[in-house]
Amino acid sequence: MKKLINGVDGIVSEMLDGMVAAFPQYVKRLEGFEVLVRAAGPTPKVALVSGGGSGHEPSHGGYVGKGMLDGAVAGAVFTSPTPDQVFEAIKAVNGGKGVLLVIKNYTGDVMNFEMASDMAEDEGIEVAQVIVADDVAVQNSTWTTGRRGIAGTVFVHKIAGAAAEAGLGLADVKRVAEKVIANVRSMGMAVNACTVPAAGKPSFELKDDEVEIGIGIHGEPGTHREKISPVNDIADKLLEKILAEGIYKAGDEVAVMINGMGGTPLMELFVANKHVNEVVKAKGLTVAKTLVGNYMTSLDMEGFSITLLKLDAELKKYLAAPADTPAFVQF
Amino acid sequence: MPGRVYQCLSKIGESIIANKDFLTELDREIGDSDHGINMARGFHAVLEKVDPEAADIGASLKKAGMTLLSTVGGASGPLYGTAYMEAGKVLAGKTELTAEDMKAALEAAIAGIQKRGKAVKGEKTMLDAIIPASETYAAKIAEGADIVSALTAACQSAREGVEYTKTIIATKGRASYLGERSIGHQDPGATSATLTLEAIRDFLRG
Repeated sequence: MKKLINGVDGIVSEMLDGMVAAFPQYVKRLEGFEVLVRAAGPTPKVALVSGGGSGHEPSHGGYVGKGMLDGAVAGAVFTSPTPDQVFEAIKAVNGGKGVLLVIKNYTGDVMNFEMASDMAEDEGIEVAQVIVADDVAVQNSTWTTGRRGIAGTVFVHKIAGAAAEAGLGLADVKRVAEKVIANVRSMGMAVNACTVPAAGKPSFELKDDEVEIGIGIHGEPGTHREKISPVNDIADKLLEKILAEGIYKAGDEVAVMINGMGGTPLMELFVANKHVNEVVKAKGLTVAKTLVGNYMTSLDMEGFSITLLKLDAELKKYLAAPADTPAFVQF
Repeated sequence: MPGRVYQCLSKIGESIIANKDFLTELDREIGDSDHGINMARGFHAVLEKVDPEAADIGASLKKAGMTLLSTVGGASGPLYGTAYMEAGKVLAGKTELTAEDMKAALEAAIAGIQKRGKAVKGEKTMLDAIIPASETYAAKIAEGADIVSALTAACQSAREGVEYTKTIIATKGRASYLGERSIGHQDPGATSATLTLEAIRDFLRG
């Protein structure tokens, strides 16, 4: 394993301090905790807290700022943060209008955030939660943990964050977040696995001519592997699963995200985006907004995911609203 | 000289830490490559935070549970944290462990894990090791077995439970994303739970 690190133990803490040093106008660290909050402190609006394991940068700390999150909790690499950390974040960002937790659907994340939510409610803080589960690679049934939350989470941060900034109450911000969750679907693939620093070796092994389809964002293997094919064909397969959800109908407006997994050249993401935009338009959908870049990564994994979000007038308005954060700036 | 409960926690910690790479490797195959790393970090903290001199078994287990909750993370943190805290509740104020106490503690720990994880037996989780172990333990002491021999039989059931996890599809946790591809792999949580029971048995056997 070759990594630009000083040691395995200090990675998350050093990263957070480095982010604060880069973006002091946006974020500060809660002393003694692996939590980033807005530098300006809480404001009298609904506050949004998200987080999860580290290794998904710029998620989630990169989205702390005006128009998106109020706090982000960073667990160990690919490991949900603990309840005490989430609880501290809730207390620090609470502006008296309630706190919405944006949780990605993983067993550990849900348990830790729910325990923190109980702790906050015991102290009289109003807390609501939404669970993002946009990954169509995982079949949703009562017999599994359910679909994973992946890149679509960034749309929840953006849109619910704008709704909170606009002054909506906790129940309404939650409603908007749930509408995003209902309308967003993603699927990803990998050309090469990632290496968790503490584990020291790739999380799965692929032959030179193999790709893994349906991967998550934690190096967990996907649904199957196959021979590599041109990116247009790969994108078609991912899109096919997403479109099969029946959410997107001719005439709908959508937002598209081509998300890099951390080790993928932007060149390749733009190549993929050319085709995805063409296919989406050919299906009769109108693309109102396209994001291409590294939004929800998986360390050094090479690969990408496609996300489609169906927009209505409300979601379109909040998606277009200003945001000013380390990783997402829009005027 | 540290108290007995601290010595027992040390024994568990030694086993978890010694098996850190093994547990992580199991998790790499069907999960996200961090089980051993997270559990080892948690037990290093437990051995720092729990009072070595304490005689109160319940209080020490509760402290251990709270420490695991705030240091392990992932799903294992809340599950093991809850297990130790619930066992600590039923052993509050106790300085000696009877065979009946052990039964009550095991059952409370399992109930806590089930409530927190919303899981049942047969889903390829730690429950597949510790539920059969707890049942065997209860049956053995009902027959009049002493704590060490009942735990020895329980550990055997736990080992069989770990083997059983190789034959079933995961329906809880990250391994569930793999569907049938999870077959053939033993569950890391069932493995760490079995190591825990074996460490307790080894400690009590002396």
